[in-house]
Amino acid sequence: MKKNIWVNLGFQAGALLVAMLVTTGILAAAGAPPFQAYWSMLKGAFGSWDSIVTILISWSPLLLTTAGVLITFSAGLWNIGVEGQMGVGAIFTTGMMLLLQDTSLPPALIIILGILAGIIGGALWAALAGALKVFGGVNEIFGGLGLNFVATALTIYLVFGPWARPGVASMSGTKPFERELWLPTLPGTSLSLWALGLSILAIAAVYLLLRGTHFGLRLKAVGKNPKAAFLLGVPTWQYSMFAFLLCGALAGLAGAIQVVGLRHNLLPNISNGYGFLGLLVAMLVNYQALWAAPVAFFFVALNTGSVQLQINYKMDSSFAGVLQSLLVLLVLLGEGARQRFLGTARKAEPSESEIRNKQVK
Amino acid sequence: MDVELRDIYKTFGAVRANVGITLRVPAGTIQGILGENGAGKSTLMKILSGFMRADSGGIILDGRPVSIHSPADAIRCGVGMLHQDPLDFPPMRVIDNFILGRKGGLLPGQAEAARDFKRLAEQFGFSLNPDSYVDALTVGERQQLEILRLLWLGARALIFDEPTTGISAAQKEKLFAALRLLAEQGKTILFVSHKLEDVEGLCHRVAVLRQGYLVGEAQPPYTTKNLVEMMFGKSISAGERNPCAGGGSTLILDNLSVEDYRLKVRDVSLDVCRGEVIGLAGMEGSGQGLFLRAVSGMVRTVGGRILAGGKDLTGKSYHAFKRNGVAFLPAARLEEGLVSGLNLTEHFVLSEPPDGFFINWEQGGALARERIAGFNVKGTPASTVESLSGGNQQRALLALLRDPLALLLLEHPTRGLDIESTIYIWSKLKERCKQGTSIIFMSSDLDEILQYSDRVLVFFSGRVTPPLDASMLKTDKLGQLIGGKGWDEFTTGKSA
Repeated sequence: MKKNIWVNLGFQAGALLVAMLVTTGILAAAGAPPFQAYWSMLKGAFGSWDSIVTILISWSPLLLTTAGVLITFSAGLWNIGVEGQMGVGAIFTTGMMLLLQDTSLPPALIIILGILAGIIGGALWAALAGALKVFGGVNEIFGGLGLNFVATALTIYLVFGPWARPGVASMSGTKPFERELWLPTLPGTSLSLWALGLSILAIAAVYLLLRGTHFGLRLKAVGKNPKAAFLLGVPTWQYSMFAFLLCGALAGLAGAIQVVGLRHNLLPNISNGYGFLGLLVAMLVNYQALWAAPVAFFFVALNTGSVQLQINYKMDSSFAGVLQSLLVLLVLLGEGARQRFLGTARKAEPSESEIRNKQVK
Repeated sequence: MDVELRDIYKTFGAVRANVGITLRVPAGTIQGILGENGAGKSTLMKILSGFMRADSGGIILDGRPVSIHSPADAIRCGVGMLHQDPLDFPPMRVIDNFILGRKGGLLPGQAEAARDFKRLAEQFGFSLNPDSYVDALTVGERQQLEILRLLWLGARALIFDEPTTGISAAQKEKLFAALRLLAEQGKTILFVSHKLEDVEGLCHRVAVLRQGYLVGEAQPPYTTKNLVEMMFGKSISAGERNPCAGGGSTLILDNLSVEDYRLKVRDVSLDVCRGEVIGLAGMEGSGQGLFLRAVSGMVRTVGGRILAGGKDLTGKSYHAFKRNGVAFLPAARLEEGLVSGLNLTEHFVLSEPPDGFFINWEQGGALARERIAGFNVKGTPASTVESLSGGNQQRALLALLRDPLALLLLEHPTRGLDIESTIYIWSKLKERCKQGTSIIFMSSDLDEILQYSDRVLVFFSGRVTPPLDASMLKTDKLGQLIGGKGWDEFTTGKSA
């Protein structure tokens, strides 16, 4: 078994190396001196207090969507719809805050109710994808993808329609809320420790849920073999629905935090790709919650650092996305190659009874 | 076309599916291939039709050795196979299915194909509407479509795998007429079946396979006894019985009916007493699997009642059955019984009702160690189930069962296991019986049926015998029933 672990690590390191080589090639082809570019990315990410704060600000929604996706992945569901679930969460939060902002309720309560509304909104949107899957036989990938488009359309409609900023409706979103309805932030920054704390709490909770609870174990059983899980007494479709609901709730929380903690209004691209990035993180860590937090951190650091490329070398900042996707693809490819060339552990070693049978013969 | 298989060998791991099989079939012959499940019939036919490659041996068509690597190669050489489950495309039209597989340019010659289709269909008296969709057809009609398609592609030797399963009597007549016509035209027909009557009535010659060997050939007039003996071998001794200990019934079936798309099992009544073992015999797909899943609550019944553990469970879900002490162990251990990727401890934790929100891993590990020792599983609590051998997977499945159980339903409890594991599994099962659990199991191994059952139900094409006393049952009688012979004595009353 020990040997296998080293071989696995070898393949993963190989995948990383190839990813680095390819990105170096891309940088060179784009006319940026690769090593200076890497250095400027590193400096861009960790070179100043401001950039570290920026990383922490984006870390929190990514942690939340990753946590959600880990749950649905464990249940064997490809919940592509996280992006939309996050968007609907933001819509619900905004709606609740618009409703309550002129009442005499204390601001803290309004913020809490807004966040709760966001959680419920995300969960409902996910439940829709879940119901389509469980009762309608619609594959969750198609359901999620479709609902993503609907969520985007709904956001745009609200931003330019009923909730339009008085006078000038624009892509910059609805009219920002009063300052008292903002989540408190560290002085001089937009970093909300509340948002960060909630996200870290969420990923820790998901880690515990998947590792140490009956719910998590049953969820994994459903994900790995629904037939056997059913025969062992697990109500399978209910667990699938639960997984959707929980994932949606976390995505909704991410959306809510974007509204109350960072943007303070609803804007068309409020989910900002965190849903899809969460899927990438979950795939890269092979659905192990323990690694999700550092990898998510690394991903947002790449995002932040790559802004420097734009400034220094006039490269598009989407370069970070290229690097992230390459990493995921190549790590998955490395895993495929390992299975193909080494076979599974089972074939490598004959079972005891097989050995015994041979001796008898 | 003359078809010759020469010295065919094929092994799957330790299983020897075909051992030096040599068979010559001259053109214009309807050749029956007879044998019980796992005898190697399908493997041999799949080798001939290109779905598998033999480890060694050759195929000679019209005196010329050919190498067949794929079904496409086979049809190019003139060999086509009709599978038991038709390999067609239900959401597409008949004519599209017909054209599919034909080599041609970008635009298939629709008009020409339609003309050929009509001509061929008329020749055999098949009435198929080329524009209807395949999922609206019966199994028999889908077979007809497949025959026409293969002929159009130039098949001169046709393999039929259990073609009379799931089709009506009228369609069977039509099929047989078509087969005779094909033989007259000089085509070679290989007819794979376990139905003695069909084989005896249709085939010009019969080859019998058993455990991978070609054990004999026969020509008309056939004697059923001789065929059965070749199929199943000589009779075996019976094991010890658990006579009904009294103490009431664990399962009462009252005129139970269940059906799927091709089989109907009708009006089965059965009263199983505590500690009794009921064996279900029959060729694969004769209705015993459907019956077993209906009794476990996994398949909805269409009529009658199921009472288990004193409760009427008719129409209830599998989980309701499970709560009332009914357990089901599937034959596909890794596909349906165990969760690959989870270890034994995780399985034992899963199988017990949850005791709170968090898992007590220490307690789970202790449970796992205890059961692993108790059932002699070769593995550790941290072993993933897919790393276990088949016999140990089956032991693990048995170890996962909750206590107490009223009724235990098993599909092929010892399929693929070595003798040691088989004996061990049955000793554990018999232990359960002593505690009052009744067992119903299906098996294609007649020895197993006769050795461990108290009573036996035989299935044939959805028909069921009344419960037969296993101690009075002889192998040849059982073999005949499985092959569809000797059912007349049951037709006076209701079946079972």
